[in-house]
Amino acid sequence: MTDALRYAYAVVRDTGAPEAALDALTALEGVTGVADEPVYAVRHLGLAVLAGAVPAEDYDEGPLRKRLEDMAWLERMARAHQRVVDTAGAEVCVIPVRLATVCLGDEGLRRMLATGRERFTSALDRLEGRVEWGVKAYATQPAAEEPPAGAANAADAPGTPSAPNSPGAMSGRDYLRRRKAQRQAAERRWGDTEEGARLVHDTLSGLAEQSRLHPPQDPRLSGISERNVLNAAYLVRREHSADFAERVGGLAGRTPALRVELTGPWAPYSFTAMDETSDAEGAGGAGGAGGAEGKTEDAGADG
Amino acid sequence: MGERDSVTTRGGVAPTAGGYGSPASSLGSSGSYGLAGRGEGGANLADILERVLDKGVVIAGDIRINLLDIELLTIKLRLIVASVDKAKEMGIDWWEHDPSLSSRARTGVDGGEQAEVTRRETTEVTGRSAREDAEATSGEKRETTV
Repeated sequence: MTDALRYAYAVVRDTGAPEAALDALTALEGVTGVADEPVYAVRHLGLAVLAGAVPAEDYDEGPLRKRLEDMAWLERMARAHQRVVDTAGAEVCVIPVRLATVCLGDEGLRRMLATGRERFTSALDRLEGRVEWGVKAYATQPAAEEPPAGAANAADAPGTPSAPNSPGAMSGRDYLRRRKAQRQAAERRWGDTEEGARLVHDTLSGLAEQSRLHPPQDPRLSGISERNVLNAAYLVRREHSADFAERVGGLAGRTPALRVELTGPWAPYSFTAMDETSDAEGAGGAGGAGGAEGKTEDAGADG
Repeated sequence: MGERDSVTTRGGVAPTAGGYGSPASSLGSSGSYGLAGRGEGGANLADILERVLDKGVVIAGDIRINLLDIELLTIKLRLIVASVDKAKEMGIDWWEHDPSLSSRARTGVDGGEQAEVTRRETTEVTGRSAREDAEATSGEKRETTV
């Protein structure tokens, strides 16, 4: 049983308390992991990894790779992983490990802690007492001001009976004019949207210790069809969370072109890597304009 | 058009009152507080995957999962996650179009056109990764609705 597979969720500081009294484990009482297994802790070098025993038929290399291609299975795994990480994170500072990190027995977990010791320790020092808040902004739908019937009707019925004398000229010119007006309206609105997203991000970045811009979400994954113009994460001191949320609410009220969504608090997933440049690179965040289609985030984010 | 309806909005709980790691709130342009959750699972799957798959400390375990496989997966996730039926419900192709075209694109559709778009993209992506697919899944490939 010792070399059975172990799935790692997150790393916490080993407080030296007896295992049963580790705050992270106390929080996890009754919470099971990706294989419905109980979560326990393996300690080494002043750190403790939260882990669970998982069956080889699902988590050995071959099966795991196949499982990862199965969306339903992946969703269950992702949700269970997140549940463990964030439940423990409610009590103590946790450094999440990427999904599907599997080791051989407790010995493998200890090796993992030894290998990542510096990274885990420095991340714990940096992130202690902080939580992550997610803020997304969506361009609100133009439906009300721009009746979609307009363009379609003009196009469908060039010889409308109301203009019997010169149906072609009338409808053609009107059509173009209307199209132009629509385009200008859309551009104006888009301008508002972009400006609003920038305002939200600039303001919140000022309040947060750190921020990260993530690529806009694909509506097919989020299930939200409005254009996602800002997808950001902010690192905030736990005790400042209420203030932060309140400011987000205030900003939402000031930017009518946007619908603003706040999620969290999360464990500091987006800040585990000590990467101060992330705001400048990638994402394009508030801009989002042309290429809203998020490319895969570069895997270099892990340091 | 009802897009907003696809987001389940539950009654007004202040964001910080929610549990840790749970979706907090959706702040409408009116500034009203509400709790935006997506179904029973709590947080939006996109929010979760973004974090558990793309973030967190990446450290080699004993079971080696090729990072490339996972990146490949995220590309698929972003493009294939919805079935055609679900995609139709959601009205999904806005980023494909000039903003000034989108209203027309929306009205004309609700039926075949969007489904077409989805299918085409799906094919492209699958095509691009055909080699890896073949060796990774050997015919077991599925496109499961989430």
